[in-house]
Amino acid sequence: MTIATAPSPPATQAPSGGPSRRGALRRLLPLVPSFVLLALFLAGPILWSVYVAFTNETLTGSASVNSTFVGLDNFVRMFGDPNFLNSFLLTFVFVIGSAVIGQNTLGLVIALLQRGRGRLLRSVVNGVVIAAWVMPEIVAAACWFSFLAEDGTLNTVLGISQEWLYTAPMVAVILANVWRGTAFSMLVYSAALSEVPADLVEAAAVDGAGPLRRLVHVTLPLIRRSIMANLMLITLQTLASFGLIYALTGGGPGTASQTTPLYMYEQAFRYFEIGYGSAIALVLLVIGALFSLVYLRLIKVEDA
Amino acid sequence: MTRHAARTAATLALLLIAVAFAGPFLWVLLASVQPEATLAAAPALTFSLDNFRAVLTWETIILPLINSIVISGSTAILTVVVAGLAAYPLSRYQLRFRRPFMLTLLFTTGLPVTAVLVPVYAMFFRFNLYGSVPAMVLFLTASSLPFSIWMMKNFMDGVPVSLEEAAWVDGAGWFQSLRAVVGPLMAPGIAVVAIFVFVGQWGNFFAPFVLLDAPEKQPAAVTVYTFFSQYGQVAYGQLAAFSILYTAPAVVLYVAVNKYLAGSFSFAGSVKG
Repeated sequence: MTIATAPSPPATQAPSGGPSRRGALRRLLPLVPSFVLLALFLAGPILWSVYVAFTNETLTGSASVNSTFVGLDNFVRMFGDPNFLNSFLLTFVFVIGSAVIGQNTLGLVIALLQRGRGRLLRSVVNGVVIAAWVMPEIVAAACWFSFLAEDGTLNTVLGISQEWLYTAPMVAVILANVWRGTAFSMLVYSAALSEVPADLVEAAAVDGAGPLRRLVHVTLPLIRRSIMANLMLITLQTLASFGLIYALTGGGPGTASQTTPLYMYEQAFRYFEIGYGSAIALVLLVIGALFSLVYLRLIKVEDA
Repeated sequence: MTRHAARTAATLALLLIAVAFAGPFLWVLLASVQPEATLAAAPALTFSLDNFRAVLTWETIILPLINSIVISGSTAILTVVVAGLAAYPLSRYQLRFRRPFMLTLLFTTGLPVTAVLVPVYAMFFRFNLYGSVPAMVLFLTASSLPFSIWMMKNFMDGVPVSLEEAAWVDGAGWFQSLRAVVGPLMAPGIAVVAIFVFVGQWGNFFAPFVLLDAPEKQPAAVTVYTFFSQYGQVAYGQLAAFSILYTAPAVVLYVAVNKYLAGSFSFAGSVKG
């Protein structure tokens, strides 16, 4: 998530009496700590993963001492690996189900329903929806674990006995992620809807357009940039989601809910296959980078 | 449908959504105060603080919470200092690379940190940094920087340059000016960024889970997971009490900055950099 608050910037030229006269290099001195940290701990590892993804690096065995260049082997292995393809498909289902359909639609619906409602009702709804978002992901997982357990709240309320985490693990993690992430979309759409001019919507009403037509032909087109930006951001947040799924199902039963981040974890951190794990990480990074670029194209960045 | 009926329907729909969202919470709140809690959110027939008393021991929750405070706190402080320094030239000088740099930062905020942890882990292993809390804090700081520099520059842009002129006349350099004039004037902004980073790291599970080796170094995020996977099936009440004690600081801090964060969602197509 991004995006900033402060009032628009002043002219960014320092007056002649100020530090602008000093050497150009000295002016950049304050940027050095950031550059060093970003280079060592972010850019460096990412570039290194590009290199390692083409080697057979492991943390155990002979390859841990002498890793060798193996070309595209890791990628060939990945795209022929049924477990990876399974994880990729599950990640797709998870992102579409929980973010694009779930959080996005529910967030928009809540924001639309809230317009013109009383302050108390709005605060109550905002309160519970945002509380789910603020709580740490492991606690959210604990909540859903008990909610969906065989003798848990949901079965008690519905009067049935169903081991949701075993019979429908993907449904369970998607529901949990919708619950946890809807607040973000709701806040984005509340802000976007507050900037829709009321007279445009009223004019459409005077012309005889019903609520649904006003929504589809007036309101939604006006906030389409927010919709697209929101879709990109929640996709980015959901794509690499780990803790919630890991704590709820551990990827199981079997590999029934093992999304790509969980598969990457298993390969890199359980089997110490660093080369192969890095290749999987690289795929996630490239997908993330593509969505991030689309997001940058969608928003107008003023005076960066 | 009449206007009145539509309004009633909307209110009912919102109430239904609120109840559905509150559902999974109820168990935590109810189970934490019942000594014999089960997985179902049964009505609280008894009230006791036994569960809180049981988990409030040094190893179970006190040390993990201290670790969380140390890790999140030092990350927040370091991030604010480093990002604050970086924001000064970005906000005050005409730099040719400013726009590409700011766009790169915004681009970086979208990259999945989960994926970066594979090479970071291998790097830490190679340089004997695996298990080192300070090294992890440096990584967490680096991963928080892109967003924090962006926010800090925005807050700094809000401080008029004219207010610094008096300091320059008195012969102050950029550092004195930043420390004595700009810093204090943007204190609320600094607090927002610090709390934002702190709350983010408070909930961070994956990084400490893979970068730290010993249980006594782990923050509450990992300990609550361990507790959950070991005793989650038996000590429900204690798990619920643990969850509440761990979640409370994040909620309190969120409420504190809520007012400032509210504005950050109004990006109807434009972003001020």
